[in-house]
Amino acid sequence: MATVKKTKKASENAAPAAEVQGEEPVRRRDFIHIAAISFAGVGAGAVALPVLGTMSASADVVALSSIEVDVSKIEAGQAIKTSWRKQPVFIRNLTAEEIKAANSADVGAMRDPQTLAERTQPGKENMLITLGVCTHLGCVPLGAAAGEVKGEFGGYFCPCHGSHYDTAGRIRKGPAPLNLQVPEYTFLSDTIVKIG
Amino acid sequence: MSFPWAQQYTPQNPVMQWVDERLPLPRLVYNAVGAGYPVPRNLNYFWNFGVLAGAALMIQIITGIILAMHYAANVGVAFNSVEHIMRDVPAGWFIRYAHMNGASFFFIVVYIHMFRGLYFGSYKAPREMIWLLGVVIFLLMMATGFMGYVLPWGQMSFWGAQVITGFFSAIPVVGEPLRQWLLGGFAPDQAALNRFFSLHYLLPFVIAGVIILHIWALHIPGSSNPTGVHVKAEADTVPFHPYYTAKDGFGLGVFLIFFVAVTFFAPNMLGHPDNYIPANPLSTPAHIVPEWYYLPFYAILKAFTVDFGIPFTGIVIIPAKLMGVLAMFGSILLFFFLPWLDTSPVRSGNYRPLFKKFFWFGLVPAVVILGICGAMPAEQPWVLLSQIAAAYYFAHFLIILPIISRIEKPLPLPNSITEAVTGKPLELAAA
Repeated sequence: MATVKKTKKASENAAPAAEVQGEEPVRRRDFIHIAAISFAGVGAGAVALPVLGTMSASADVVALSSIEVDVSKIEAGQAIKTSWRKQPVFIRNLTAEEIKAANSADVGAMRDPQTLAERTQPGKENMLITLGVCTHLGCVPLGAAAGEVKGEFGGYFCPCHGSHYDTAGRIRKGPAPLNLQVPEYTFLSDTIVKIG
Repeated sequence: MSFPWAQQYTPQNPVMQWVDERLPLPRLVYNAVGAGYPVPRNLNYFWNFGVLAGAALMIQIITGIILAMHYAANVGVAFNSVEHIMRDVPAGWFIRYAHMNGASFFFIVVYIHMFRGLYFGSYKAPREMIWLLGVVIFLLMMATGFMGYVLPWGQMSFWGAQVITGFFSAIPVVGEPLRQWLLGGFAPDQAALNRFFSLHYLLPFVIAGVIILHIWALHIPGSSNPTGVHVKAEADTVPFHPYYTAKDGFGLGVFLIFFVAVTFFAPNMLGHPDNYIPANPLSTPAHIVPEWYYLPFYAILKAFTVDFGIPFTGIVIIPAKLMGVLAMFGSILLFFFLPWLDTSPVRSGNYRPLFKKFFWFGLVPAVVILGICGAMPAEQPWVLLSQIAAAYYFAHFLIILPIISRIEKPLPLPNSITEAVTGKPLELAAA
């Protein structure tokens, strides 16, 4: 204890001496302190990035990125559910009335304005392909399977927090901020669609 | 630190003397929860709930360690491993039901503990740090409880994970990548289940660590009391042991009666039957509800149904989804500011006529209504009710408390704890 006190006093005495001469001079030791701490900080950051990165989607999860679906069996007015990237996808063959309802709605007044044409592919405007994931908090909306509630706009209805989607899968009422997401897809033939 | 009249630890047994000189752990215990900690003499039964919360955490840790010996965190077998615990492991059903209901009882006693703090002003100077640490413990508990609920990998587990990690996707720009990082994929799956198990095992020990800080901070000013008046002399206090060890022991017995009654006779009363259906990523249960202890906050989330923007221009500043998430987190985070929102120097609600009215006829009904609305589907009248109750909840803390702190005329406080208890002034009673 005694020796600790002594060194403390010595340093206290040294400090005012430096102040007398005006500004405290930059010591070699200050530079070493700053350099050492900065370098340790850079090192910690360099290690933290890959450590946190381990929590990102792993290669096998990312690899399962595309599927092919045969849509020839879907009658007008029917929809099927399939699974893509562990998430449900709705493929819906719209009826003429549903297409009409989607096209006659006032796009400008919508929360996420999009036309049916923008959400489907040319020549295949009856095939509405969307993720079956509510854009609110990720529940699977109802309306794809026969007999399920389709909501106030005849499309999909999310039972979790009451979001209503129309026949183009656009959000019309409820807390969801966006339309049902349309995944990237291409028609390989008239009946086979590749999602992803 | 303690009051100057605190009893000193003087071990008689030579073994304890030997230990105390080398590692003063017995002394630490003696001064923390023994005769060396003087406590106000007038504590009522609301003051049992801190100890009960500690007991509930111990029940969770012990049952949890046993469950982890039989559980497998793999999406293929997690659900079946829980059924294996229920059917095949000797007394496994008991351990699992105790853990399941232990979580509910942990929240029950912590909510009563928080209620005590809110009503008796335990968050006020000089005890702000105790309150802040308590809010940290509460947040950790919510995270732990959520991740634990995911582990059985039933329908509610899966969809609960989907909805709760969905909160993060509300954050602009970084939200969706952040959610995928948290889940380790595009939807809850193996990566998410595995990391939730890891963290669910870790966090209770973090909670235990913060509880040590919570108690450490408590022992600086000492316990509060129902009058809110400071301890002034030795006559105002009694030693923690044997007085409050006995009282807490009695309280613990009553707590355990309720706990085992529910565990044995109604083990699924507080759960959801949907969680006995294996997780199915392609089908959402018709009605997703979180565990009861999250319901008021869930109701606040659901109360925001319209975008917040400039009227008639269609310009959206904050979308409804983000508003709901911000409000839900905000409803808890505002507890961090409570010691500075309520500026009245009078601690106990018993001496604050206006505060008492708003507390009992405003805050308490608002939280109860939010709890009920949280369990209901997103339909009228529940949406409107939860909007009104959520508005009151925020107004209570952010507007009403600061105002009544300024305009209220508190009732006269007793001169001392002893006077409040015996009716005689402190000096006379002490003599």
